[in-house]
Amino acid sequence: MNILVPVKQVPDTAELPKIDPSEVVSGNIKATQILNPWDEYAVEEALRIKESKGGKVTAISFGPAGATEGVKRAIAMGADAAVMISDDAFANSDALGTAKLIAAAAKKLGEFDLIITGKAAVDGDSQVVPVALGRTLGLPVVTYVAKIRELSEGSITVERLLEDGREIVTVPLPAVISVVKEINEPRYPTFMGIRKATRAKIPVWGAADLGIEASEVGEAGAAVKWTNLRKPPAREVKCEIIEGETVEEKVKILVDRLIAEKVI
Amino acid sequence: MDFRLSEEHEMVRQMVHEFSAKEIRPIIKDYDRRHEYPMELLPKMAELGILGICIPVRYGGAGMDYISLGIVSEELEWADASVRETIAVHVALNSLALLQWGTEEQKQKYLVPQAKGEKIACYGLTEPGAGSDVAGMSSRARREGDVYILNGEKMWITLADVADHFLVFAKTDPEKRHRGITAFIVERSFPGVTTGTIHGKLGVHASNTGWISFDDTPVPVENRLGEEGEGFKIAMSALDNARYTVAAGAAGSIRAALEASVAYANTRTAFGQKIGQFQLVQQMIAKMAVNLDIARLLYYRVGWMKNMGIRNTRETSMAKLFATEAAFQAAVDAVQIHGAYGYSDEYDVERFMRNTKGAVIYEGTTQIHEVLQAQYALGYRRDKPLRRELPAYDPDYWQSEE
Repeated sequence: MNILVPVKQVPDTAELPKIDPSEVVSGNIKATQILNPWDEYAVEEALRIKESKGGKVTAISFGPAGATEGVKRAIAMGADAAVMISDDAFANSDALGTAKLIAAAAKKLGEFDLIITGKAAVDGDSQVVPVALGRTLGLPVVTYVAKIRELSEGSITVERLLEDGREIVTVPLPAVISVVKEINEPRYPTFMGIRKATRAKIPVWGAADLGIEASEVGEAGAAVKWTNLRKPPAREVKCEIIEGETVEEKVKILVDRLIAEKVI
Repeated sequence: MDFRLSEEHEMVRQMVHEFSAKEIRPIIKDYDRRHEYPMELLPKMAELGILGICIPVRYGGAGMDYISLGIVSEELEWADASVRETIAVHVALNSLALLQWGTEEQKQKYLVPQAKGEKIACYGLTEPGAGSDVAGMSSRARREGDVYILNGEKMWITLADVADHFLVFAKTDPEKRHRGITAFIVERSFPGVTTGTIHGKLGVHASNTGWISFDDTPVPVENRLGEEGEGFKIAMSALDNARYTVAAGAAGSIRAALEASVAYANTRTAFGQKIGQFQLVQQMIAKMAVNLDIARLLYYRVGWMKNMGIRNTRETSMAKLFATEAAFQAAVDAVQIHGAYGYSDEYDVERFMRNTKGAVIYEGTTQIHEVLQAQYALGYRRDKPLRRELPAYDPDYWQSEE
């Protein structure tokens, strides 16, 4: 099984609230960079498939040239190889542009059976890239995968986690799936993996390597533009303590208030 | 001079920090309240290779360097000192002593399973009547044919009830002081070995501390570590490694106290503003921040010296002396910053205070280290080369399979 895992390097989720919108616009974000948490589940699932069925796991990441923390984390967890997509012309790509770049890299890597992505990136959170990737490659896409039920040479059967239940879907391979955190518990990197990751030679592919026209991607090719980036207003939170003689009385008052406020 | 951590060390830090945050922090307060050792963490640490972090791969270890040992210690103690104590005794006091002084047979038989975490190890030096005065120990070992008969009692031993292997020191020549001590590898299964828990400690409740008693315990001659009369030197060289993990761990305690204090100072209001605005609170936080950097730089230096194979007894003692005192002060100040809430175990800072007080007593009291540092400075003490030195870190040797 040849599995590709697109991964994104994002600011540490714990530090996201401190980031100023101007840093996002300029691209110069002062925060610790980590592997997108959702992508960890994708990497883990790929590794589990490799362990049970054999094969190879390759991580692909699109970002500024030095943004290798994401792919190195994937290697430290056990991925066999990684490739970076980077070029000044690619900056400020929208989700579709990103998908086109990853698709180009996937084609350049050769034959593959499965692409596994995380549900979304915690910074952009569009959840569009997996779908756009599948469409660009002409492959079936299954999102919100919480479990792989069956995987054979030609097809995959998964459970999708939806709000009102689970849906079982079978698609032929190759395919693109995006996973949710219910699917597994990501492993820690190993020390041997860390050594391998720091010594790994990770090729960087630019516009020429991918055969992509600058006009298709980057700011020039973006169909979606972010015109107004701002923080939501701080919420004024009022705290009301329910008083009462007994716990039962307080609960009754609380329930009445929740009904009155149309919460329940 | 490059003061940055290498990419490899940064990744090690990140990995152990995640482990600490996800696996230790959520459970440790409960174990601390119950005065119970978190056995569930041992197999997890073993699987990750933490119990053999700086032991060569050929001896079952993870093949990382001595700086990584320090980083692991800092990140584990950031969650709780009790867990770092396991590393101090299992890896530093016992396993590294085997690496430094053991025969190939001893390494294969004891070091390999210890590094893999299949067996747990600890260190028996202190006695009810002899702590700082190591040479005043009463434990005896007399040679009888191809065994030594071991008698005595060790006290304040971390992992006494948990460990499978003990590195025990006893006098083979009671007439002598330092030169009469010999080191032995003892297994729990040997006849006459009993252990018990010591209750009522002020801190590190989640660390297993106990006594070990030897009643005519026969120890095979091949289990003697080093030569007869070499025990004191072996004990001291092992302490060089444990004190390093204690110093690095103390940096983790300072960091935990600082983070808790900063969070509280930025949340709590009094007199119409956040208490972080008050200069007397700022003074306490400033001290913590400065001491954190100093503690880190001191232990990084020791890690580097160990990697280079440079004798580091003085520098290790200095790092331990400074960092543990600074950690206790940081914890005490953290309690103060939290006010009444710091006095309650609803917050973590009182646990930091109780834990850090232990570190200025064990692994050489502050007073012992002050005397040592003065002796070095005054020229009264000079370290002489040992028969066997802790091997310098060689990535090829450490990481190859055979």
